[in-house]
Amino acid sequence: MKEAILERSSVAAANGYAALAFKLDGSHREPPESFVKRPVKLSIKDLVIGYLDKQSGHTMVAVDNVTLDIREGEFVTIVGLSGCGKSTFLNAIAGLVKHQHGEIRVNDRIVTGPGMDRAVVFQKASLLPWRKVGRNITYGLELSGMKPAAAREKAGYYVNLVRLNGFEDHYPHQLSGGMQQRVNLARALACDPEVLLLDEPFAALDAITRELMQNELLELCEKVGKTVLMVTHQIDEAVLLSDRVIIFSSRPAYVLADIRIPIERPRKSVIKDSEEFRRLMNEIWRVIEGNANIGGGI
Amino acid sequence: MRKVTVFPKSNEVKREKIASTLLGSSVILLFLISWELLFQFRFVNPLFISSPSRVVLALLTIIMDGSLLQNLIISGQEFVFGYGVAILLGFPIGIMLGWFKLVRAAFGPFIAAMQATPRIALMPLFIIWFGLGITSKIVIVLLSAIFPLIVNLQVAMSTIDNDLIHVARAYGASRWQVFRSIALPTTLPFLITGLRLAAGRGLLGVIVAEVFGGAAGLGYMIQYAGSTFQTDKVFAGVLVVAFTGITLDFTLDRLGRHFDRWRGEVAVH
Ligand SMILES: Nc1ncnc2c1ncn2[C@@H]1O[C@H](COP(=O)(O)OP(=O)(O)O)[C@@H](O)[C@H]1O
Ligand SMILES: [Mg+2]
Repeated sequence: MKEAILERSSVAAANGYAALAFKLDGSHREPPESFVKRPVKLSIKDLVIGYLDKQSGHTMVAVDNVTLDIREGEFVTIVGLSGCGKSTFLNAIAGLVKHQHGEIRVNDRIVTGPGMDRAVVFQKASLLPWRKVGRNITYGLELSGMKPAAAREKAGYYVNLVRLNGFEDHYPHQLSGGMQQRVNLARALACDPEVLLLDEPFAALDAITRELMQNELLELCEKVGKTVLMVTHQIDEAVLLSDRVIIFSSRPAYVLADIRIPIERPRKSVIKDSEEFRRLMNEIWRVIEGNANIGGGI
Repeated sequence: MRKVTVFPKSNEVKREKIASTLLGSSVILLFLISWELLFQFRFVNPLFISSPSRVVLALLTIIMDGSLLQNLIISGQEFVFGYGVAILLGFPIGIMLGWFKLVRAAFGPFIAAMQATPRIALMPLFIIWFGLGITSKIVIVLLSAIFPLIVNLQVAMSTIDNDLIHVARAYGASRWQVFRSIALPTTLPFLITGLRLAAGRGLLGVIVAEVFGGAAGLGYMIQYAGSTFQTDKVFAGVLVVAFTGITLDFTLDRLGRHFDRWRGEVAVH
């Protein structure tokens, strides 16, 4: 526990926000309200995204007027029915999908395309099959112009963090799905992005592996204190990991609710059995259910 | 401590391999023996069919008098130049056809038409243009070998995994970086297949071109031996050609396996 807090404070200090560094007396991380004091990392204003239907010539709106601020170190999750526009939203932040209106800022810089200040983890691991694990993890760094040797050194910390040490010389096909997704995660973390974007990162895994990976991500995020925006349709996953859960409406997506998760950190997966956890899950579920009934969105 | 079950190493795979090798070799041996017997007992005019022993004798003769080496060098030169230029041209052409839609639209039909034309039928023209020497043969080899390369590389480009491109773009990869880090590695197995096919076609091109209009080389040697009823020498020549082809194919196959390790035929787990 002490170790985790040490890590956090050193990362925060390194980022130049010494005031955010935690005391070493073993106190827990502050409750989510305190994020208000922190600088905004990712700011989305009035975002509208549409897809042009080439046959009819109409533009189908997928994301409708979403405004959202995410502060440094915050873990925010978007939940919503499948097909509502979550991935579209995330891809727009990644710079992969153009938006028609509004703006996206990371550290106050307007996003116009992909960049090293963001890294994405998709549902599919999509590792380069001809590269060994080590060179897959450094792929993002190499694309940014770093030499393989230097990239390996920089990535080393994250290889340990996702417990892949000893697997650097394996090919992706020799790994299980969970391990492949860890490589995917390490590849993103190695770039040391300002904002980490996760699009249903565990959806393709079996139930047991998914739970284990959730716990690992929880531990990992509390260690490195990254700003994270995740998309999922697993409500328990959202509550377990997040400081805030944003609920998207059915298509076109807008923000139905923005729910704080005031559970103390560091968290353990046993909190799933707590009264508070169930209350939060119910609250989120009722919002989604209500929207689905009105919109007939299922 | 938990006890882990370990089975002794099994010889089953090895035994099966030996059995199939034995079976294969005995069929070849049987064929050679029957051929020899057919010749020894004069069932067929020996002038036409020769015999294994006489073929070996003829082979030794052309090795000793240096004529084999002399012809081999000429045919080898024709092959190496034609094949080399085919790779140098075919590789970029195939990649460009696969990578740029516009290039495919422009040159695709032209190349398909070229490919459908029987190259050897153009031999008389090449002899008029380039003479009876080595150049006309090189052109035939080039034209025989280049199309398998172009087609395979073009197909390779269409098998690129779009998810990988998506990821690369998310990490800010430029078009050139996508090409280098994803498109090129994807082409490698196809390149090897293309090289194997091209080697076969190229070898065929050398021999046929020399048989049709040559003054030297293995094909010419075979053709000349045939027209003077030296059946032994014809078989000896064919044997050398076949051996060269098999060696080439085997080498390229090995090379392919080397680059294919990541695919998992040699999985560690
Ligand atoms: N490239 C695209 N072109 C056209 N329509 C798309 C494209 N991608 C997604 N859509 C549509 O946009 C809507 C939202 O999709 P998506 O963002 O993938 O939803 P989610 O991730 O929430 O399941 C869906 O109706 C989908 O059909
Ligand atoms: Mg999605």
